[in-house]
Amino acid sequence: MNLLEVKGLGISFGGLKAVDDVSFAVKPGEIVSVIGPNGAGKTTLFNMISGIYLPSRGSVTLKGQDVTGTAPHKLAEMGLSRTFQNLQVFQEMTVLENVLAGYHLRVRGSILADLLSLPSMRRRAATAREGAQALLTRVRLDKAAGQEAGSLSYGALKRLEIARALALNPSILLLDEPAAGCNAVETEEIDHLIAELAASGIAILLVEHDMKLVMRISNHIVVLDHGEKIAEGDPVTVSRNPQVIAAYLGADHAEATHADS
Amino acid sequence: MDALLQFIFSGMTVGAVYALVALGFTIIYNASDVVNFAQGEFVMLGGMITVFTYMAGVPLPLAAVLAIVATAAVGVALNKLAIEPARGAPVVSLIIITIGASILIRGAAQLIFDKQLHRFPAFSGDAPLRVMGATILPQSLWVIGGAILVFVGLWLFFTRTLTGKAVLATANNRVAAQLVGINTNWVMTLSFGLSAAIGAFAGVLVTPITLVSYDIGVGLALKGFAGAMLGGMGNPKGALVGGLLLGLLEAMTAGYLSSQYKDAVAFIVILAVLFVMPHGLFGSKSVERV
Ligand SMILES: Nc1ncnc2c1ncn2[C@@H]1O[C@H](COP(=O)(O)OP(=O)(O)OP(=O)(O)O)[C@@H](O)[C@H]1O
Ligand SMILES: [Mg+2]
Repeated sequence: MNLLEVKGLGISFGGLKAVDDVSFAVKPGEIVSVIGPNGAGKTTLFNMISGIYLPSRGSVTLKGQDVTGTAPHKLAEMGLSRTFQNLQVFQEMTVLENVLAGYHLRVRGSILADLLSLPSMRRRAATAREGAQALLTRVRLDKAAGQEAGSLSYGALKRLEIARALALNPSILLLDEPAAGCNAVETEEIDHLIAELAASGIAILLVEHDMKLVMRISNHIVVLDHGEKIAEGDPVTVSRNPQVIAAYLGADHAEATHADS
Repeated sequence: MDALLQFIFSGMTVGAVYALVALGFTIIYNASDVVNFAQGEFVMLGGMITVFTYMAGVPLPLAAVLAIVATAAVGVALNKLAIEPARGAPVVSLIIITIGASILIRGAAQLIFDKQLHRFPAFSGDAPLRVMGATILPQSLWVIGGAILVFVGLWLFFTRTLTGKAVLATANNRVAAQLVGINTNWVMTLSFGLSAAIGAFAGVLVTPITLVSYDIGVGLALKGFAGAMLGGMGNPKGALVGGLLLGLLEAMTAGYLSSQYKDAVAFIVILAVLFVMPHGLFGSKSVERV
């Protein structure tokens, strides 16, 4: 069964069709990438799937349930989490607190238990703390746990966002340009991390401009241009599609990509 | 020296009320970026509802509790009926909505209650206490103690409870808060309810000293706003210090200059803060990173 299904999704901003009639599906453990030139509508598509924008047309189905226009906090409960291209971290909290915030849903009990700091509450808080530390180790930020998030480098913040998203124990993770602003080593790390997550059964929906990374790890690629889906398929098929080459890769890039795949 | 102490006592008393109003501004501002100019009306409602339920024969403590609960409900209604439906509108529009709400609440209070000044008995009598040559009303101690209680309680709420942390997380980054599963609409409703309850509590405490009528909210909102600005909008500690400082400044101005200038202090403070230190005493200078 498909974990996520997007059907005929579209949205307009004052006449401009930022995304129009886009459909595709994601299965558990699959890595699906959405690519396209700047302004193609990739982030907008993510915003509709994750409940930030209300789509004008079409539907989003998560685990067989229609979730079109469902609020982000509800989607978080249902196992969909994401990261942002332009970073949405709690700047004034520490790195550890940021990830702990991701445990919020699993830790919460009654306000009363909370205020009285009952043992059940403290136990759950301790479990969350351990989990958060482990996630930080996983994205290699364990040493920065006590630092204020606002003081981290761009690449580190990207990984922090991933760790926080993972704290929600998602079944599908939307990553909007996780490798942007990262150096080659960091990009490689993110590459491994994504593959690992997918292997553990988490579905990944990825937007990324680093073509090498995309071609290497994706099971399936959806290509957008001017808000419309112009192609989809496995990396080899997509990279040979003339329309894709024309719209996105550009004539001179085409050869390089062929050489890669 | 006695005079100075006297001014400090009266400054602390009004300052504590300003601090509570400033705190109300702070809580809503943090949750929604909205400066809620109906904050003064919450204080008025706290006093007025207590007066009228008390006059109807309800024991004073119960009347006070009823007033606080009813005012909290008004706060929640303000959010649900006026702010939430306009979500996504520019913050300025939302602020104008709160100004409209304050006018509406004032008008309704005038109709439902009346235009007279009212009070109910002080909690521990009206006999002034003598302290080192100055005098202080027992009710002033209630006001100051009540303010301390609210600040300590709120500090515990924000630092010790998950709900409190969810509110702080929302204040820090609304989108990120939604992403980790925090219902930010609920956080806003909670914030409006809490602010209204705190305002009403201030009204209950201070009415025996300053009396209450339907129109006291405007002045209080202005003073509370000045206090919040002085301390740094969005910072609870700033609300406390800013409110108290403004109260003291007013008392000193009234005492050493003339009570005619007393109300000008708030305006001067607002202007001075805007020109000299827009972030206030404790304001964060956080920058948005993109
Ligand atoms: N809130 C909005 N209001 C108006 N126009 C918008 C809004 N959000 C996106 N757009 C427009 O929609 C189009 C698609 O933008 P989007 O950010 O989704 O592109 P993208 O594929 O993510 O680009 P990039 O690779 O640069 O991140 C752009 O023309 C953009 O200006
Ligand atoms: Mg984008």
